[in-house]
Amino acid sequence: MNSELLLQGIASGLLIGGVYALVAIGLTLVYGVLNIINFAHGALLVIGMYASYFLFTYFGVDPYLSALVIIPLLFVIGGLSQKIVINPLIDAPPHVCVFVTIGLGYFLENFLAFVWSPEYKNIEVSYVRSIISLGEVTIPVTRLITFILALLLTLALYLFLKKTDTGKAIRACAQEKEAAVLMGIDTKRIFVITFGIGAACAGAAGAFILPFFYLGPYVGHTFLLTAFIVVVFGSMGNFWGAFLAGLIIGLGESIGEIFLPSAMKEIVSLSIFIIVLFFRPSGLMGHP
Amino acid sequence: MKSAMFRFSYSKIMVAAALLVLLSLPLYTGSYLMHVVIIILFFGYLGACWNIAAGYAGQISLGHAIFFGAGAYTSTVLFLKAGVSPWIGMWLGGVSGMLLGLFVGYLTFRYGLKGHYFILATMAFGALTKVIALNLDAIGAAQGLIIPFKASFVNFQFTGKTPYYYYILFMVIGIVLVCTAVERSRFGQILMAIREDEDAAESLGVNTFMYKLLAMVLSSFVTGLVGAFYSFYIGYIHPDTLFTPFLSIQITLIPITGGLGSVFGPIVGSFILSPISEITRGFLGKFSGLHLMVWGVVIMLIVILIPKGIIVEIQERLRPKPKTGEDQSL
Repeated sequence: MNSELLLQGIASGLLIGGVYALVAIGLTLVYGVLNIINFAHGALLVIGMYASYFLFTYFGVDPYLSALVIIPLLFVIGGLSQKIVINPLIDAPPHVCVFVTIGLGYFLENFLAFVWSPEYKNIEVSYVRSIISLGEVTIPVTRLITFILALLLTLALYLFLKKTDTGKAIRACAQEKEAAVLMGIDTKRIFVITFGIGAACAGAAGAFILPFFYLGPYVGHTFLLTAFIVVVFGSMGNFWGAFLAGLIIGLGESIGEIFLPSAMKEIVSLSIFIIVLFFRPSGLMGHP
Repeated sequence: MKSAMFRFSYSKIMVAAALLVLLSLPLYTGSYLMHVVIIILFFGYLGACWNIAAGYAGQISLGHAIFFGAGAYTSTVLFLKAGVSPWIGMWLGGVSGMLLGLFVGYLTFRYGLKGHYFILATMAFGALTKVIALNLDAIGAAQGLIIPFKASFVNFQFTGKTPYYYYILFMVIGIVLVCTAVERSRFGQILMAIREDEDAAESLGVNTFMYKLLAMVLSSFVTGLVGAFYSFYIGYIHPDTLFTPFLSIQITLIPITGGLGSVFGPIVGSFILSPISEITRGFLGKFSGLHLMVWGVVIMLIVILIPKGIIVEIQERLRPKPKTGEDQSL
């Protein structure tokens, strides 16, 4: 085992882990506030990718810049979805909400497949082959930018939740819904906003990965599964837990890829998932 | 209580009439319709199996496809490698489904996974099994397995659809009887108590771990049992069709449509849902994605409009309204 390969694995693992963290933070936020697992999260990420692809191909907008359009767009799509299909079921038993988000995910994904054919596509930005060398490790510029942007967005979201009134209301809902209602917080509005933010995180992540990831209506499935793993690992509903777990899962997958054939790389994260579920379902940050 | 509807005599007549129509169906239907009804019954059966763990015991599994897949692979591999007749293979398939169910159930229940965590854990097992199956050369890996066609009773391969039809019909009758027995037994009552309030059941001295495990074992055994039927009816098995989360979800939607925790719910649910799926695939399949888009809308509508399922909704309408004080004063 040469250390060069291992260092390279660690670097690429951390970089993709930043994206996993961003996707998972959207999911964990929705879980924390609405107490539902959003199975449509992967489809929302794919919508972000498609929107970015569209802006790049027809208007020449850089995929990283397109996030400025995609974040508000996905916020609206997420908010509307919550209002129309999830809100009627907000007090239903958990499995009912699970199935409505599964239906929503099918609808959104296949809408994309129907409108833009299910074929895989990719884009080529002018700097796709630029690399930065750090000693023996080489890092593609696209991956680095993606990581930095995912990090910045996470930080911005954290500050939003910490400093603004709406952010505080969201955190209040996550902590104690009934008390939040008594404090005069309009929980219905908070639910819509939270779901919108969750969708925006997924959409932004979609735009950020487009420069180095192929695009197709069903690519969200892998990210969704990874996001579930990250969310449980980092304690469901926990912001920084999801962030840390995202980096760890990214690392685990990337190092696993060195030792295992590429088709088996999912085994690493799935095994981590099952071990976590059994021995510490409350996750990294939870109380056992 | 759930089967109250079927104590009414007209309900019994309805069931008898439906059975008569189903038994005589091959006399007057063509091959395509026959196939559609076979698919309906097949999914009704799978839904009823899932319903034992989910509907009665309240353990919502999103990984049931793996028990079915284990049954299909066991019977097929035994037939291809050792020449074991599917009539024996189906039972061994059931056993392998059951062992998998025991494994998943023991681990998840042992560590007290409930609600969302149980859903995610079963989903993770489903995904893990698929990755393993796709990489296991002994069972054909990503090539899948083809069963060469050689019509004979011992091989469970027939030229017409009628034998398959009667086989799956009797399987459905069998599972209905099993579910009725479960519902009326002390075992079933305990499962329902666990579903309603696990902590309360535990505090009354019920070994909830044991009962949930038993529900899972029974459910995964009957799920694995039908694997052989699928393999030999279709003639080709592949991890992408057998271990896919899509199949697990399809199985769950059928009892949800018909009525969770009711004997006939899954069968009725399948008669509603499976034709929608077959017809939309038939008519809209040429537009990629469209039929699944419609499918997504159907799922959302069902869950929003009839969250308890058709049978339970009808039961609630048919049941005489409890007399209120106002009624009595008249």
